[in-house]
Amino acid sequence: MSAARDDILAKIRAANPGPAAEVAPGPIPARGRGGPAELRQRFYGGLDAAGVSHATVKARSEVGGEIERFLRELGAAGPVVASEDPMLDGCGLDRVAGLRRGVPDAGDAVSITGTVAGIAETGTLMVRSGPDIANALHFLTDTHVAVVDAGCIVGAYEDAFALLRAGGAPMPRNVTLITGPSRSSDIERILQIGVHGPRTLHVVVCDAGPAA
Amino acid sequence: MQADSARFPENVAAARRDETLLGALHRLQRDARAGRAETVSKLPEFEALRDAARDIRNGALANLAGNLERFEENVVANGGEVHWCRDAAEACAAVARICREAGAKTVAKGKSMVSEEIRLNAALIDAGFDTVETDLGEYVLQLRDETPSHIVIPAIHLTKDQFAETFRGAHDTLPEDRPLEEARAITDEARGALRDVFLRADVGITGANFLIAETGSVAIVTNEGNGDLAQSLPRTHVVVTGIEKALGTVEEALTLIRVLARSATGQEISAYTTFATGAKRADDAAGPENFHVVLVDNGRGDLLAGPKREILRCIRCGACQTVCPVYGAVGGHAYGAVYAGPVGSVLTPALSGLEKSKHLPEASSFCGACEGVCPVRIPLPRLLRMWREDAFQAHLGPKVLRWGLFAWSTLTAWPWAYRTAGAIGGRMLRLMAMGRGRLTRLPFAGKWTGGRDLPVPEGGTFVGKWHRRRGK
Repeated sequence: MSAARDDILAKIRAANPGPAAEVAPGPIPARGRGGPAELRQRFYGGLDAAGVSHATVKARSEVGGEIERFLRELGAAGPVVASEDPMLDGCGLDRVAGLRRGVPDAGDAVSITGTVAGIAETGTLMVRSGPDIANALHFLTDTHVAVVDAGCIVGAYEDAFALLRAGGAPMPRNVTLITGPSRSSDIERILQIGVHGPRTLHVVVCDAGPAA
Repeated sequence: MQADSARFPENVAAARRDETLLGALHRLQRDARAGRAETVSKLPEFEALRDAARDIRNGALANLAGNLERFEENVVANGGEVHWCRDAAEACAAVARICREAGAKTVAKGKSMVSEEIRLNAALIDAGFDTVETDLGEYVLQLRDETPSHIVIPAIHLTKDQFAETFRGAHDTLPEDRPLEEARAITDEARGALRDVFLRADVGITGANFLIAETGSVAIVTNEGNGDLAQSLPRTHVVVTGIEKALGTVEEALTLIRVLARSATGQEISAYTTFATGAKRADDAAGPENFHVVLVDNGRGDLLAGPKREILRCIRCGACQTVCPVYGAVGGHAYGAVYAGPVGSVLTPALSGLEKSKHLPEASSFCGACEGVCPVRIPLPRLLRMWREDAFQAHLGPKVLRWGLFAWSTLTAWPWAYRTAGAIGGRMLRLMAMGRGRLTRLPFAGKWTGGRDLPVPEGGTFVGKWHRRRGK
């Protein structure tokens, strides 16, 4: 195959005799800029528009209680699996019945994960995989509950990547920008929520940082 | 309908008799226009972002060799492998080899236009792999042995009832009397059937919207989540994509993401934008052990060297198809090609030869709607015109057109002859119309008058009027 590689690159080089081009990224939209309160309001507005329910809690320790309430009202039944993300430590997840932490399997109904950031621009979550997070947690279950630290609500996609790559951290195997539950309009362009991924996405925003 | 661009005129005639198709196309064009306008109105920077997107894609093409080398370096550094393929045969062979080495039985496929282009499914099924499309639209098309008719809404030509009927035939272990009237029920049935495929698949194949040189990442943009399951659950993840997709940085991709969904579906951003970088890390909780990227040239290098290289800026949003009056009148299958609509009429002659697809560059009124919505500002009408010129140079057009153009160009070189011929012609048409002001039939133009009347010229010639007005 290295002959193919040489051929392809030679052809491209012959087509591009000039020097390397300077490439600048495009403008950051104004909706991705603003103070913390403004960005938070825009983030909530984006979640609403994308069909994502959300709640705010004052402290990490209240997250589990909020998730328990949400799942009870939703009537979600079945096993619940949470990632081993340290962000979920001290969240009082023991209030959620039938919960275990680790890698999801086909029988799980609900997943709970942390997030890297909430993005105001479009009400988007940034999630990642890692030693503590199996990527399928974000896609395999019917219901996905994501926890966002208020301090990690940023304006634009670029800001979220800056958080992810702070201090030169390498890209995880998977990083996903999630905006709303899974959807399709493939059948007569009638919007259907929940095709392969979650049908329900719920966001819990936590005001305070890690529990003391 | 034949999947053959050479049969475009016959395919068009068949499409025009298909009321179901025409209804679907009408609704698509009506709703999509409004949807895009609304989304764009919420983003004042949209036109500036289109300019930036154009410049980013131009820069990426100018730096393509370096970007691809850097991309490969970073894929390898993250435990992956890159396979370079000159054409469809090499690409299909590479994917089949990867599946064989993975000991695969089942392959779960995410949506990928390049895989359609190289006919990957047929190759993998021939090689003995149970290969299943998992995008809802692509899945029903695979069951029906059809091809996509739109880049982002592949089954736009099918009705809900056709989905239901296909599922009743394919899912024969489910109760026959189950209700499948609603899109919800059909969707849920697909979710169930395909969930099993994801869980047993040994290999997951996805396409790529962007390749990122600085990190070795592959970005895919989807709504259903099938591409994410396909790259998270199986032990091996294979990406099949075109060489033109390589960008320099994550930030360049983010600018393109801001214009992609808005142009494609009228969404602000698709539900899932996922960056995959290499294989599962040693200490990762889960993920594919093997990661392969199959880079396909298949004519792209030649396009890059020629005058139509701007088509390689395309980010496959399908907006040019959605707004095109010709696409709206005949649908995607009439084009008889993997890529329909304006972008396809530029790409297909390059991919499968102008002789076989000479009708496609003609399938445009040059109204410019496509260029008007293209997120990377590809001058589609200009590129189509280039193909028409190439077809004329290669003597591919009908003889009557050739002779007509020859006669016309000869006449225009002699103004007095042109004026005389024009005056005689006008008078003859008036005579033939016998005072009715229109002709229902005209020799050598039967195809034109077959569908409408030809109004005959009234009054004098333009040049005559011009001279009278200027008092000569």
